[in-house]
Amino acid sequence: MDRFLYLTFDGLSRGAVYAAFALALVLIWRAARIVNFAQGAMAVATAYAGYSVANATGSYWLGFAVAITSGLVLGAVVERVVMRFVDHSSPLNGVVVALGLVLIIQGVLGMIYGNEYRPAPAPFSRDAFEVGGVAILSRYDLFVFAAVGAVVVLLTLLFTRTSTGLRMRAAAFAPDVSRLLGVPVGGMLTLGWALAAAVGSLAGMLVLPTELGLHPNAMDLLFISAFTAAVVGGLDSPVGAVVGGLLVGLLLSFVSGYLGAQVAPMAVLILLVVVLLGRPDGLFSKAKARTA
Amino acid sequence: MTIVEPRAARTKNRQKSARVRKISPLLVVIAGAIIVVALTYTLPPFRNYQLATIGAYLCVTAGLTVLTGLNGQLSLGHGALMATGAYTLALWQNKFDLLLPGIMLAVLVTTVAGGVIGLAAARLRGPYLAGLTLAVAVVVPSITSTFDKTFNSDQGLSVALDPPPGVLPVEQWQAWICWAGALVTVLVLAYLIRGRFGRDLRAVRDDETAAKLAGVGVARTQVMAFVVSAACAGLSGALFAVLAQSVSPGAFPLTLSLFLVMAIVIGGLGRLTGALIGAFLLVVLPSVAQSIAEDAGSQHLEGNLALTFFGIVLVLVMLAAPGGLASLKFPRRSRKQKGQ
Repeated sequence: MDRFLYLTFDGLSRGAVYAAFALALVLIWRAARIVNFAQGAMAVATAYAGYSVANATGSYWLGFAVAITSGLVLGAVVERVVMRFVDHSSPLNGVVVALGLVLIIQGVLGMIYGNEYRPAPAPFSRDAFEVGGVAILSRYDLFVFAAVGAVVVLLTLLFTRTSTGLRMRAAAFAPDVSRLLGVPVGGMLTLGWALAAAVGSLAGMLVLPTELGLHPNAMDLLFISAFTAAVVGGLDSPVGAVVGGLLVGLLLSFVSGYLGAQVAPMAVLILLVVVLLGRPDGLFSKAKARTA
Repeated sequence: MTIVEPRAARTKNRQKSARVRKISPLLVVIAGAIIVVALTYTLPPFRNYQLATIGAYLCVTAGLTVLTGLNGQLSLGHGALMATGAYTLALWQNKFDLLLPGIMLAVLVTTVAGGVIGLAAARLRGPYLAGLTLAVAVVVPSITSTFDKTFNSDQGLSVALDPPPGVLPVEQWQAWICWAGALVTVLVLAYLIRGRFGRDLRAVRDDETAAKLAGVGVARTQVMAFVVSAACAGLSGALFAVLAQSVSPGAFPLTLSLFLVMAIVIGGLGRLTGALIGAFLLVVLPSVAQSIAEDAGSQHLEGNLALTFFGIVLVLVMLAAPGGLASLKFPRRSRKQKGQ
């Protein structure tokens, strides 16, 4: 029972990160109908930038801010310089270009930093508190929950309470009409990519200390997990992404806790296959029509 | 109706241009075989090894370009399918040491694996299919550590090989084996895509509903496309096992799958000539990058330079000439012809 509790909380903590990452995928999918396969690589790149600054200045929080900011910039640049010029007549094109970006980013990171794991220290202790003799949560887990929770709340407020959010939704849902009504559709798209990339960077900064550390390929498996989370929740649904992220986190935690860590990737693949074949629009899909 | 008409016109153009360039694939393959055999006698061993690698790559790129270019299914999992073929051959060789049946078995096993993925793939579109196959590419190598008794984890397995017959150098023998595989693959694929199967593939790619109305089994065609291209990947994987005389998960990373996509995009999707260009570049570019890195004397450049270069080329080709390099030879043909 102790172990079950521990694994549950561990799973929720992992799941929060997957949720954030899946949320980044969903943001871009809703804005541009592209699954950003370069999301993982972009997050790793900004995490490298963040930890370089953190190591140079000795301040984790400065590095953290740099990572998120460079996420914003990188997302905007990727949209403005590359994705905008992709021929969207076939959904393959966006995917292939994103994969090209993965190769570029991983290659450049490898050239600058080398292909070995670098330490990614956590800002808080990762030793779990004990409640009644049961190890449950660490300070770091609490930080993860707080950060992801803040992002979810901020994004919800942005999209439901501000006029910018309304414009972004309008630009994604009906670009032509929005343009006629004076919404800068291209700018909204860039903003969407920037926000998504920043959320992805946050997820990267949160997850890397709990994994092996910084490596150009560090997010490959994480991307798969987050993609699975996004698909479980339905690519169109931000709420679904959060729920899907938590579910995938729990599944991975239980599988690696009870069956061994090597089985976890297989479990993700099986879950992805089952969901894609059973409910390709996500567990929570109801209406077929798209709602912005 | 306005959407359908240009497509019909396009197909007509394509048929016309295909009729103009109708050379029997058999002749091309025989000519290719003669050239390869002649080359192997003149090239030094290392070049022969590279030639063999091109042949091994050609198997998988040819299969993948049929799947992605002609049928519109993007697979990022072909690296994993190659690993399946390679491990099958390794396990077989270490028990029985009969190369030809081993290669056939590797193709068979990979075909079955491809059939399973293909059944799932036929129900998926666009990014969902890409995501699923990406997951296959990332996850399958980790199976080697889950069942480490059979697959020996990260160290992988060595592949027992008989020495080549007579006084033939190993590299030359390998080049013959690999190119025999590659030419058979190309021949079979060329005849397949010229016939009814090829028409079905294109019909399904261009308009599923229209294809269905014309009596083409959409799901069946998609699964068959996956199966055929998986068989090619299995053969390629087995040939790589013969080449390296060992298999390990590190030889089939995610980047391999991405490289394969790059190779077929760069050469022009759906063209077997494109697959050949792609296979050639897959061998030549890394070795050029390698020599640049050695001149620069930087360890970090090794491998990563090629990675970056491939990425840049992939993005540029997709943005500037989605028809690939092979399309540049025929400037009069419309670039948009690729339309999937």
